[in-house]
Amino acid sequence: MTMFRSTARQFAVAAKALALFTLLLGIAYPLLATAAAQTAAGHLANGSPVSAGGNITGSALLGQSFTDDSGAALPQWFQSRPGTYDGAVSGGSNLGPSSTELAEALEERRQAVAGLESVPAADVPADALTASASGLDPHISPEYAYLQAARVAQARELPEPAVRALVDTAVQGRIAGFMGEPTVNVLELNMALRELDN
Amino acid sequence: MAGWLAVGQFLAVALVLALTHRPLGDYLAHAYSSKKDLAPERGVYRMLGVAPRSEQTWQSYLRSVLVFSALGVLALYLLQRLQPLLPASLGLPAVPEGLAFNTAVSFVTNTNWQSYSPEATMGYAVQAAGLAVQNFLSAAVGLCVAMTLVRGFAGRGAQTIGNFWVDLTRSVTRVLLPGAALGALVLLLGGVIQNFNGFTDVGTLAGGTQSIPGGPVATQEAIKLLGTNGGGFFNANSAHPFENPNAFTSLVSVLLMLIIPFSLPRTFGTMLGDRRQGYAILAAMAGIFIVSLAAMTAFEFAAADGPAGSMEGKETRFGIAGSTLFGSTSTLTSTGAVNSMHDSFGALGGMMAMLNIMLGEIAPGGVGSGLYGMLVLAVVAAFVSGLLVGRSPEYVGKKIGPQEIKLACLYVLTMPALVLAGTSLSFALPGIRTDIEETSMLNEGQHGFSEVLYAFTSAANNNGSAFAGLSANTPWLNTALALAMLLGRFLPIIFVLALAGTLAAQGRVPVTAGTLPTHRPQSVLMLSGVTVLVTALTFFPVLALGPLAEGLI
Repeated sequence: MTMFRSTARQFAVAAKALALFTLLLGIAYPLLATAAAQTAAGHLANGSPVSAGGNITGSALLGQSFTDDSGAALPQWFQSRPGTYDGAVSGGSNLGPSSTELAEALEERRQAVAGLESVPAADVPADALTASASGLDPHISPEYAYLQAARVAQARELPEPAVRALVDTAVQGRIAGFMGEPTVNVLELNMALRELDN
Repeated sequence: MAGWLAVGQFLAVALVLALTHRPLGDYLAHAYSSKKDLAPERGVYRMLGVAPRSEQTWQSYLRSVLVFSALGVLALYLLQRLQPLLPASLGLPAVPEGLAFNTAVSFVTNTNWQSYSPEATMGYAVQAAGLAVQNFLSAAVGLCVAMTLVRGFAGRGAQTIGNFWVDLTRSVTRVLLPGAALGALVLLLGGVIQNFNGFTDVGTLAGGTQSIPGGPVATQEAIKLLGTNGGGFFNANSAHPFENPNAFTSLVSVLLMLIIPFSLPRTFGTMLGDRRQGYAILAAMAGIFIVSLAAMTAFEFAAADGPAGSMEGKETRFGIAGSTLFGSTSTLTSTGAVNSMHDSFGALGGMMAMLNIMLGEIAPGGVGSGLYGMLVLAVVAAFVSGLLVGRSPEYVGKKIGPQEIKLACLYVLTMPALVLAGTSLSFALPGIRTDIEETSMLNEGQHGFSEVLYAFTSAANNNGSAFAGLSANTPWLNTALALAMLLGRFLPIIFVLALAGTLAAQGRVPVTAGTLPTHRPQSVLMLSGVTVLVTALTFFPVLALGPLAEGLI
């Protein structure tokens, strides 16, 4: 009987504790933090939007597709890694190392990229062939960006050195020299490219 | 070159941890031993009707833990079922019953296994007021249980092991809320979003459209990592650029996961009054961590010779080294967050993720659960050493008698039993096997088997990471994995609290010339050896069927 009564009392205490902590941690904490973040760092809190000609064209953090409706690469743009870049979903292929589906996709992409860039298949870097973990990777490797410079220059009838110079400025090194990998943000590079072309 | 940079990122993390270990460990010891309550805490105790200086027996403490957790499951289940009635729910429907149950259990047990895709399932109300609240509270429960075991070792002839409501409140007010707020600030400045904007459609540069998600992400991300929870705001988890925009936020994430678990050995040593014992536990944790991280990193760099260059399922900004540092950390703690897709790792790199979880998450393990898991193994190691040299086994001044070793063995046996039973039943029951092979497994053959093995390993250890190709939103997996999470969390907690109770009731055995020391390098090696051997012997056969077979053919 005492055990029953003590357990019943524990239920009442637990219910009150849960309600109290939900108010504190689930409502007050995120709302106050959002208000503070929006006031002090609105640009970051809203996903680092980028705009061109007064319109928001995306986020500096999210990759975009530069393909036509059938998924074929538009030659006048630097290409992102393979993927659909739909912001309403995210995730990787999850295909494993022994997957035949993955092996076929890699080979198909290798031939497609080699054809588009007119380079030997062996020169295509890994990030050009593989899907990222998020499906929204905003970056490619500097190697893949330089590989695309000649084709982009030709499609836009721009001098190749000018396009390569754009890539030079777009390459971001490792943070503080040791964190992460060198990258090129494809959306920002393409925005600079459009400015050069206009 | 890339290899040396990997070492650099690891050293940066190690340096920060070395600097925080002492002050944070001592701070935690004070937070859980102090007789003084802060003003807001007194307010909480008054509202709850709790006398903060009253103490509980282990049975009473256990009842509080179980009642609080059961109510947590019920509340989170109802919140998901009532989603259409809640504000800021983005027009999403009620979460279906089986999925809502699995998710409620998953977050209350500190697992954060996700059978769902958050973008299409969970509105902001459920995420912030449901899932994130349990991110705090489940981590707090882990800390509470760890503190009772430490008090058990430190106590002399005590009938009580602390007050759950006081430990719970202090975990929130003194540890997790200030830590999460600070973490959220750093992540926000690194670019993690914090808004209630919903999905915004924009016209892209190439003339298409893109739906840009919003959400109160930084606040949730901070506690997801600090509380070693791991449930992503987005499906891609910490690979999503809005959760983890760059290599700096990724290293901050790694730090958030490790900072409490690697400080707790100091807390143990301080509360025990013998800091050398804390250093011995820390040394065993750190040794296993470093060896495991080196192995996973080496395997992934070796796999880069393959056609995918080890980049399938990895983000450009993190590369191989940034992915394995995060992946090792996440699976050696009980976090389960991912910044790369473990399913697409090389066979042996992926096996390391699984093996890390199979070690029982003790190097350094989850918030609280890592310390109590390692202390249980220390009891087993002390028992084995005692038998080897023919002395009556003791650990830090406590006799390891039949009762203590029984509880320790029950703890150690629970998790492997759940993993192996769950995986075997998935393939042994004919109807279930068809469902697993045709609906759930994405990859075929050994790798598909590994997806199922990983799922039960992750659930029974309350990790939450996955070989995410597996479609787990099926009646069998939702139910079986929920059971594995529940039993994998609360059976060990029962054994630990019982152990804390029996240890606290004992007096302290004086140190004599015959006492086998437990703080010397050889005892650290003994503890590491026992940990690795128990895991290897238990799981070698099943690993041979999955990742070993895939990696060696």
